[in-house]
Amino acid sequence: MKKFLVAAVAAAMTFTAGSASAQEELRIGVEGAYPPFSSVDPSGNLIGFDIEIANAICDEMKVKCTLVTQDWDGIIPALLAKKYDAIIASMSITEERKQKVDFSEKYYNTPARFLRKKDSGIEITAESLEGKSVGVQRGTIHDTFLTAEFPNVDIKRYGTQDEAYLDMTAGRVDLLLADSIAMDDGFVKTDAGKDYELFGPSYSEPKYFGDGAGIAVRKEDTDLRDRLSAAIKGIRANGVYKSINDKYFDFDIY
Amino acid sequence: MDFSVIINELPLYFEGLLLTAQLVPFSLILGFLAAIPVAIMRLSRNPLVNYPAFAFTYFFRGTPLLVQLFLLYAGVGQLDGYSALTKEFDFLKGAYFFALLAFFFNTTAYTAEIFRGAMAETPFGEIEAAKACGMSKWMILRRITIPSALRRALPAYSNEVIFMLHGSALASTITLVDLTGAARIVQSRYYAPFEAFITAGVFYFVLTFLLVWAFRLIEKHFNKHLNRREETVIEVVT
Repeated sequence: MKKFLVAAVAAAMTFTAGSASAQEELRIGVEGAYPPFSSVDPSGNLIGFDIEIANAICDEMKVKCTLVTQDWDGIIPALLAKKYDAIIASMSITEERKQKVDFSEKYYNTPARFLRKKDSGIEITAESLEGKSVGVQRGTIHDTFLTAEFPNVDIKRYGTQDEAYLDMTAGRVDLLLADSIAMDDGFVKTDAGKDYELFGPSYSEPKYFGDGAGIAVRKEDTDLRDRLSAAIKGIRANGVYKSINDKYFDFDIY
Repeated sequence: MDFSVIINELPLYFEGLLLTAQLVPFSLILGFLAAIPVAIMRLSRNPLVNYPAFAFTYFFRGTPLLVQLFLLYAGVGQLDGYSALTKEFDFLKGAYFFALLAFFFNTTAYTAEIFRGAMAETPFGEIEAAKACGMSKWMILRRITIPSALRRALPAYSNEVIFMLHGSALASTITLVDLTGAARIVQSRYYAPFEAFITAGVFYFVLTFLLVWAFRLIEKHFNKHLNRREETVIEVVT
C-alpha cells in the first residue's frame, strides 16, 4: 500500500511538472474596486478595462493567468511579498514607486480632474477652495498632487474610490479629485452620480502623474517586465487593445 | 528598514496622537457616566427597566466595533434627509461625531456589564449595616453600592480602557487621521509598512504603559483600606 502511494505521488508530481512547463502560470494583482477599470459584478466576477487588458496580455504572452484581488494600499507590499507577480491596476508610473518596483511601458494615460455637485458653485480658485473638503484615494498620485498643490483644502483620504463616492453622495465632502475616466464612468454616468459633474482643468503634470499607467513587477523580474511591454505593443498592433478600448471609452486612452 | 522617512512624518503622527487622545478620553468619560445608570437598570427586577438596558448591552457587545462604526457612519450617511440635516448641524458632516458615538456606545455597554457584575457582588453585610443605620434605598445605592462596586470594578475597567484605546484604531477606516490613520498615510506614501506601523505601535505602547501606571495609582488610592499593613503580615507569619 505504501509503495503504491509513493508511486502515485511520484506520478502525480511528474504530471504536474510536465503540465507546468507546457504552460507557465502568472498571478496578477488587481484592485476590483475602481470602475470602469476594475470592479466586481453582482455575481462576483471581476470586470473592467484592467481585467480585460490583463487577460489579453496573458493570451498574447501565451501564459495561464490567475487574477488576485488586493486592496489598493497594500497592493505593492503584496507584490513584494510574492502574493502575485505583476500588478495591472491602473497604477501610474512614478519616481517614488520606481524605488520599490519596476514598470512595463504604459498601457494607458488619462488626466486627473475635480468632481463637484452640479449646483454647488465651487470653482478652482484659491478663495473658493479655502476650507473645502476634498476626497481622494489614499496613497494615489492624486493624493500626492492634492497634498502638494492645494494646501488650503481639508483632505479626506479613503481606502477605495467607492467609499469616496459614498461620502460624496452623503454630502460629507465638497469635491473629489481622481482620474477623469474613472470618475466619469465609475460615478458620473451611473444613477448615483447623475447630479455630479467633472469640472476645471485637466491635470497631467508628469512630476505628479508620471508617464501613464504601467504594469508593476518586482525589480528583479526584468525579463517578465520586458515580456509584458512586448505584449502591450502586441495587443496595440493586432487590434485587441482597440476592441477593448472601444467597449469602455469614446476615444483612445493609450 | 529605513526609519528616516518616519522622522519627516513625525508631525503627522503627533496630529494623529492628538485625535486619538481626544476620541478615547471623551468616549471613555461619557461611557463611564452612562454605564452607571445602565448597570443599575440591568440589576432591576422590573422587566420594563431591565430589558432595554439588556438589549443595549447585548447589541453592542454582540457585534464587532467595526460593524457598529460602519453602520453609524456609512449607514446613516445613506439615509434620506441626512444631507439636509448636515446643513443645519455642521458636526454631523464629519466622521468625528460618528466615531465618538460608536466608541461611546461600545464602551458604555462593556463598562455597564463590568459595573453590573461588581454591584451584584456587593457583600450583603455592607447593605445590612447601611439598612441598620436607617439609610433609604437610594442613599444605600449612592453611598454604599456604587462606591464599593466601582472600587472592585477597577481592575476589570482598566482592561476596558486599554481595549478602547486599541479599538480606537478603527477610526482610521472612516477617513479620520488618528495614530493608525497617520500610519496608513505614511505606509501608502512610502510603501514602508513595517516602519509606518511599528512607529504607530510604539505610540500605542507608550500610551498603554501610561494607562497601566495611572490605574495602578488609582487602585492604590481607592483600595487603601483593603491593603494589609506591614505589621499585620509579620504578626501572621510569627
